[in-house]
Amino acid sequence: MKARTVDKIATGIIMAVAGFIILLLAGFLAYIIVRGFGHISYDFLTSPPQTFREGGGIGPQLFNSLFLLVLTMMITIPLGLGAGIYMSEYAKPGRLTDFIRLTVEVLSSFPSIVVGLFGLLVFVNVFGFGFSLFSGALALTVFNLPLMVRITEQGLRSVPREQKEASLALGISKWKTITSVMLPMAVPVILTGTILASGRVFGEAAALLFTAGMSSPRLDFGNWNPLDPTSPLNPFRPAETLAVHIWKINSEGIAPDARDIAAGASAVLVMTVLAFNLIARWLGRLVYRKFTSSR
Amino acid sequence: MARSVEREKRSKHLTEEWVGRVYTLICVGLLVLTIFSMVYFVASKGLSTFFKDGVNPIDLFTGVKWAPEGEPPLFGALPFIVGSFSTSILAALIAAPLGFCAAVFIVELMPKFGRKVLQPVIELLAGIPSVVYGFVGLSVIVPFFRDIFPGQGLGLAAGGVVLSIMILPTITTIATDALAALPAGLKEGSYALGSTRWQTIYRIVLPTTLPALLTGIVLGIARAFGEALAVQMVIGNAPHIPTSLFESASTLTSAITLSMGNTIMGTAHNNALWTLALILLTMTFVFVFIVRWLERRSKV
Amino acid sequence: MQDIGLKSKNLSVFYGEKQAVKDISLDFAARQVTALIGPSGCGKSTFLRSLNRMNDLIPGAKITGEVWIGDQNILNPKTDVVLLRQKIGMVWQRPNPFHKSIYENIAFGPRYHGIRDKRKLDELVEQSLRKAALWEETKDRLHKSALALSGGQQQRLCIARSIAVKPDIILMDEPASALDPVSTAKIEELIAELKQEYCIIIVTHNMHQAARVSDRTAFFLMGELVEFDKTDKMFTNPANQQTSDYISGRFG
Repeated sequence: MKARTVDKIATGIIMAVAGFIILLLAGFLAYIIVRGFGHISYDFLTSPPQTFREGGGIGPQLFNSLFLLVLTMMITIPLGLGAGIYMSEYAKPGRLTDFIRLTVEVLSSFPSIVVGLFGLLVFVNVFGFGFSLFSGALALTVFNLPLMVRITEQGLRSVPREQKEASLALGISKWKTITSVMLPMAVPVILTGTILASGRVFGEAAALLFTAGMSSPRLDFGNWNPLDPTSPLNPFRPAETLAVHIWKINSEGIAPDARDIAAGASAVLVMTVLAFNLIARWLGRLVYRKFTSSR
Repeated sequence: MARSVEREKRSKHLTEEWVGRVYTLICVGLLVLTIFSMVYFVASKGLSTFFKDGVNPIDLFTGVKWAPEGEPPLFGALPFIVGSFSTSILAALIAAPLGFCAAVFIVELMPKFGRKVLQPVIELLAGIPSVVYGFVGLSVIVPFFRDIFPGQGLGLAAGGVVLSIMILPTITTIATDALAALPAGLKEGSYALGSTRWQTIYRIVLPTTLPALLTGIVLGIARAFGEALAVQMVIGNAPHIPTSLFESASTLTSAITLSMGNTIMGTAHNNALWTLALILLTMTFVFVFIVRWLERRSKV
Repeated sequence: MQDIGLKSKNLSVFYGEKQAVKDISLDFAARQVTALIGPSGCGKSTFLRSLNRMNDLIPGAKITGEVWIGDQNILNPKTDVVLLRQKIGMVWQRPNPFHKSIYENIAFGPRYHGIRDKRKLDELVEQSLRKAALWEETKDRLHKSALALSGGQQQRLCIARSIAVKPDIILMDEPASALDPVSTAKIEELIAELKQEYCIIIVTHNMHQAARVSDRTAFFLMGELVEFDKTDKMFTNPANQQTSDYISGRFG
């Protein structure tokens, strides 16, 4: 066959595959949202689930997911920033640093179910936190930390060297230079990355099955005392998140409208992740402009 | 007077430096400690199957019957190992050509549309939670397979297809980066010799970027291998080696997901599940080292 | 007025195996401008960056020899670089103001060094900006972003920022090479003003600039010091053939 003909055929195939992928993705997203959108209502988003009857909602699960996200980030961000600062600013090139880098890489590739099992063993049993939001948040921290470290490192490396030098040359200590000059400049990168990481945390289920648990106690949404067992804010209560809920009703749901609830919950989950993505892009650009703009 | 002011300032910034150093060191220390304790705990639990419960490792790795509550209990984990490898390799076989074509499309054919539309959408896929993939697999792919193939639709094929969509972003992103990083001179030289675009891609681009493309594929397989819920929802969960792609099967992750909550810590059954987790953990290390090896090769 | 200068003795800098600066001994007097000239890659910037230990930041860089400020050898590993750098200001080739307001750019250093009083800070900011001939242009927009200033203004802001922490010595690494001729002239005027108070060491590519602003000139070539003398003498009657070749534009 002539080279030209082959070229045309190959180009045609690649175009067709690309078209197929686009259709597939569009169909996939459309399916989730269209299938589930009809089921989303204020009532669905706020009322508790039903085991045997129709009309159950996802209120507590949605709350649990959000609360768990906040808890996780409260632990992950300080740790991730610290470790990221160390890797980018304090680590000297050498075997030890290479080893830490390998560690972070391995940790980031561990299957989330294994992270969940580790959480079950250490946080739930050894530390005795039980099946609780707190155990879940710690497991998600383990799962999320490598990403946070990488984001921080990337952010700090994006700061021009002259900025760091300018501060040091004024006789400012290294730590103050990092926190007052470099970190603020790294904020756009770190913020964008953190929001994307939040999306990951929000949708994670495997690491939570055996840490945050698969059930929610009856919550009293009028009780905001974090020490009370029925308070939604109590971090030491078990909590089923939205993602775990979807998994559970798909595998063992017996309510007659389980499929619809799964569809509605999936749509909520996907739309939230989409929103995280959009916010990350928008906020990243906004903050970047704010920091560099000529006001 | 001036001296004491000087000294005071000196101690202030020295304390500050010390605090910063110690704080970041603690953070890194925790990170390293976490991974060590993870390996330690999973390994000590997983190995107790062999040391405490007296299961022969050869039986575990080659046995085809998994009946931990049977009389006598049998711990043949081969069906799970086969299930994990076949679903993730199947996923890579589907996703790799798609990802490569998408990358060529984005870099070579229609960069504007590709970068503006296709790439962001593919990256978005990476952020979609795995339970959602499982849900869509269960409500679209499984019924589809049920209609056109024999069986219930649940099985390795459904698992592989769901996983292939999940790892498509990984493979595409890495392939796109590799193609885009190719020096322009390389391609132009080939075009100047009168080669067509496809000849250039096939003879120049593909061989030079091969290590990077393989890196993407291995990372994809690694992700597929460790994925739990999406697979568990569509694979059927029968603990045996299937004879067809459309017959119910199990993976390491699906077995753990299903049984971990129903067994009691310390029992042989429970320990055997930890052994499965240990296999997953070990494979993670293997994948990381393969990726490192490939990355070193792609730098040369 | 203090009379603090700076002295280097047998200073060498290595990047890994490569020796970038070879055994340089130089005396920099207070209240004088010393220019370091030479073709690119001759080690003049590296030398300059050793004087406030900025090369510490570069992995693999090693410095030997001595640098004396008063009775202190600053290359001594026990030296507190934070206190040291407070006494030595630095200005870079490209203006690098912090991504903060004009006011904050200046106040950042002094506040860290213990001046908390708002009135004192205001005063110091004004004084520093005046010294850098930037006050008139910026007094109405002190709290606006420093990045809105022109390149020349940014560079003067950087000079103001470094004098706000009251250094004795100011190091300048080709401070005008990224600026237009008008801004360059302003920076040169400023240098002439500042030398009444500070010991200034300036690296420059531009020989006319060296001739215009400096009292003494050191000519570097391949990491070595070829000649060091009064600027008038260097430019009219250099002792060394290489210096004369370079100055007359035969290479570099």
